[in-house]
Amino acid sequence: MSPQLLAIAVLSAGVLASEVLLTRLFAIVQVHHFAYLVISIALLGYGASGTFLALFRERLKARFPEAFAVNAALFGLSMVASFAIAERLPFNAAALIWDPRQLLYLLALYALFTLPFFCAANCVGLAFACFPDHIGRIYRYDLVGAGAGALGVVALLFLLFPSPAMRAVAALGPTAATLAMLSRTGRRRLWPVMGLAVVALALASGLPASLTELRLSEFKSLSQTLLVPDTEIVAETSSPLGLVSVVRSTTIPFRYAPGLSLANTQEPPEQLGVFVDGEGPSAITRFDGRLEPLSYLDSTTMALPYHLVDHPKVVVLGAAGGADVLLALYHGAIHVDAVELDPNVIRLVTDRFAAFAGGLYTRPDVRVHAAEARGFVAGTTARYDVIQIPLLDAFATAAAGTLSLNESTLYTVEALEIYLRHLAPNGILAITRWLDLPPRDSLKLFATALAALERMDVHAPEKRLALVRSWDTTTLLVKNGALTEKDLADIRTFARSRSFDLVYLPGMAPREANQYNILSEPYFFEGAAALAGPERASFIERYKFDLRPATDDRPYFFDFFRWRAFSELLALRAQGGAALLDWGYLILFATLLQACVLSVALILLPLWIWRGAPAPGRDRRRVFAYFLTIGFAFFFVEVASIQRFMLFLNHPIYAVAVVLSAFLVFAGLGSGTAPRLARRLERRPGDDNPWLKRLQPFSALEVAVAAIGVLAIGYLLALPPLFRWLMPLGDASKIAIAIAFIAPLAFWMGMPFPLALERVSKRLPPLVPWAWGVNGCASVLSAVLATLLAMNFGFTVVVLLAVALYVLAAAILRAPFEAANARREGAQIDGQSIIRP
Amino acid sequence: MSLRMFRRAGIETLLLALGVVALILATPHGTAAGDEFTAPRAAMVQLIDQIGWGSEQPMGRENIDPRVLAVMGEVPRHEFVSEELRDVAYSNQPLPIGYGQTISQPLIIALMTDLLQLEPDQVVLEIGTGSGYHAAVVASLARRVHTIEIIPALAETAARRLARLGYHNVEVRPGDGYYGWESAAPFDRILVTAAVSHIPPPLIEQLRPGGRMVIPVGGAFMFQHLVLVEKDAAGSIHTRQLLPVRFVPLTRAK
Repeated sequence: MSPQLLAIAVLSAGVLASEVLLTRLFAIVQVHHFAYLVISIALLGYGASGTFLALFRERLKARFPEAFAVNAALFGLSMVASFAIAERLPFNAAALIWDPRQLLYLLALYALFTLPFFCAANCVGLAFACFPDHIGRIYRYDLVGAGAGALGVVALLFLLFPSPAMRAVAALGPTAATLAMLSRTGRRRLWPVMGLAVVALALASGLPASLTELRLSEFKSLSQTLLVPDTEIVAETSSPLGLVSVVRSTTIPFRYAPGLSLANTQEPPEQLGVFVDGEGPSAITRFDGRLEPLSYLDSTTMALPYHLVDHPKVVVLGAAGGADVLLALYHGAIHVDAVELDPNVIRLVTDRFAAFAGGLYTRPDVRVHAAEARGFVAGTTARYDVIQIPLLDAFATAAAGTLSLNESTLYTVEALEIYLRHLAPNGILAITRWLDLPPRDSLKLFATALAALERMDVHAPEKRLALVRSWDTTTLLVKNGALTEKDLADIRTFARSRSFDLVYLPGMAPREANQYNILSEPYFFEGAAALAGPERASFIERYKFDLRPATDDRPYFFDFFRWRAFSELLALRAQGGAALLDWGYLILFATLLQACVLSVALILLPLWIWRGAPAPGRDRRRVFAYFLTIGFAFFFVEVASIQRFMLFLNHPIYAVAVVLSAFLVFAGLGSGTAPRLARRLERRPGDDNPWLKRLQPFSALEVAVAAIGVLAIGYLLALPPLFRWLMPLGDASKIAIAIAFIAPLAFWMGMPFPLALERVSKRLPPLVPWAWGVNGCASVLSAVLATLLAMNFGFTVVVLLAVALYVLAAAILRAPFEAANARREGAQIDGQSIIRP
Repeated sequence: MSLRMFRRAGIETLLLALGVVALILATPHGTAAGDEFTAPRAAMVQLIDQIGWGSEQPMGRENIDPRVLAVMGEVPRHEFVSEELRDVAYSNQPLPIGYGQTISQPLIIALMTDLLQLEPDQVVLEIGTGSGYHAAVVASLARRVHTIEIIPALAETAARRLARLGYHNVEVRPGDGYYGWESAAPFDRILVTAAVSHIPPPLIEQLRPGGRMVIPVGGAFMFQHLVLVEKDAAGSIHTRQLLPVRFVPLTRAK
């Protein structure tokens, strides 16, 4: 393996790892969705690099190793520098809608993070330009390196806290530079190699920690909490799932008890505050085995299911510090399965604070599972009397309306069906959400439950539902069986004694609604009644927020945005109605617009201005259209596949890491094989392989596109039932199966880019950076666009669109380039002419 | 005009401008009516008055109580924000006051104050002093305000500021708001601007029968809705949830 190819792999690993890391770091210091915004814009550095190379390619070509090394080293240095500067900018995402100055800071963030990606893209783009005969191999190392980066960064985040991890990843830049310089011959290489190695070491471990130390926004819950006298972080753990901080507050205790009735007079016992990525808190509650101090829990809406079943077997999905496990124990549960995604959170309760939590998770009647909630239920054969899904998101996160981009497979129709199928006879599914006004969460969940029951062919599904609300929470019950008269009486008594309002009960009279927490109109009751009745469809159509149930194909439970209400809501901003707007959706939309504008400004415009006469206009348009098309298509399939396999692998982080790296590695292998396939298909007579003979009327590109189409559409049809069947398998087998399915698809998807780029580099060499830049833009736009499309139409549509784009791409390149006919006619396609019109 | 002359003229203009700026900066910021903030303050009050209550009219009227508006036309909001935010002190938006806290949007302050229905003889408890601005507004409409701030540095600044501005009927205490202010209880009105996962039972206890408690729900820059807790003469509790804006989520079936 040549050190130059290895350098490309190392650098690409660094780029992908830093994208993942920046997302983590932004989530900790600011809020998650801004990571999305900043990184997608910064990736346009890839596009800008195409322009840069189109202009300076010839000059840089002569000194390839040096140019590569400088850019690779700069990637690492600027990543650390940009992060250190970004942390010192007074950017406050929360104030963006009020303070125009924040826009300037946001622009500064874009600029800062564009630089490292620009440098990295220069390296790879330059390699393509300098070695046109090895494009397939270069692309292979690029993709395989990126795949390794995707897996490696997840492993790294288990070993290191995010800030040192970022420095370690940045050090891959100068490491790649060192490798590139090794390819130089003679003694001249010694000093640069040593110098770059020192830079790499310095980045990884030599810099003062304070330089990149995480500075949480002062508006994060954790920052605010730590200002309270006598508070301290008593434990902190980090993993790819999040930075978990446990805070003790001795003078002014935590008293976390959402959904608590105003009729309650009991103060919660001592608690430790648990913050994830600075948001929260949730609580670890002191427990000495006595149940009396927990009686306040019976005054929350979450307690309702326990008033309908005796001595239940319970599963708590999202157990965190254990509040809902305590609730179950308080009500005499005979067994509780506590499911928590983050093993670090579990360890806090079982090890470090075991005495404080009264050995909650090691009791004989409690069993704790480190697993994703829905996957746990899908994979178990157990049946439960109560399946409890408590409040999983921090109030501030929910309140900011920025969850809408989060795919959530926990609250889809299919997910609810899985929970309902795991209920024992007369068992109850109970889901609690924060109350929002006008109602959104609770009504969408209600509609989702109805849809799930209908999918199961349940007769009279509305007779199984009950919904109550306190002043800040709502709890939905879905019973496995019709609610009996006794159930209804018990629910009424429960609600009345705690001043909770009935939102929906079968046969409930309108006058029973809106009694304690009074709204100007009984919106909750009216909504639920309409959804349960014959006018559901027209109600959903009329409502100003999107209440259509989320499905696995369109898993955006938190997306309530409708353009129809946009102008009305925007006008209400100054009147205190800002929270009614779905900012997550708008930010996504803004990202797409910005990316479009910047793509034109950074890439297309400069290339058009300096277009010279490198190629016939028709060829240029075809190259442009082709690379744009396959860029979109590749990412559409990738994004949709991540979503699909996430449902199967049941883990947000590992699934993304496995799927992404499998995609990249196998696409890399495919791209390495592409030129060979093309040559064998071209060699018309005498090839004895009967398969190849049959394929010979087609180009390699057409063969690849046909394979992609068949596999992608085949997966759409076959995978959902297959995954349901394979769901109970263990993690390792599921990962192996996922990789086995991804491999052939990704392998063929790796081909269209190098196949076409080789053709371009042979016939129209000045257009190579162009193609690289256009592809970079497409990758940014497509990631955003795929999400927008999926939110509106579902992932199936995204995949079908991708297949159509691949077919279109093959059609675009069917005919030979015009330049091929006029080949080598003077300087017409000479590289210099592009900068000297 | 030659280039050199142009440059000289430029320098003179610059010096003149600097002189003017220095003069402005040297002038003390008065708190009395008639200062440079009078106009923006009046504009703010006018805007709030125009917006008023939306479709939710908990007092059965569309307009905000003129007494509340009059007070907000007096209280120097610019004194409650940092120097660099003074120019936007009277725009209808929340502003950061340090320590991850904000001073609320003027409209929301007006709605909350209106909702309290203050009388001159009433005693008010506030949980979450912040900058002290809301306490100043309430203090001008009530007999006495007791306010508790969890962050000591904020409590200290607010206490000094309120004293300097002459709000002598406000008492600020750093500490835990959960138990209210036992020695000054019961209260006619309670205002809870601190983030709470539930309404502390001691506060409900310290609310006088016939009293009202107002709680804004939402994040630092993202106000959601208001919760009004009422304790009737018999001591039983009712809450109301109020959206400040005129927004009907569904169009009725025709």
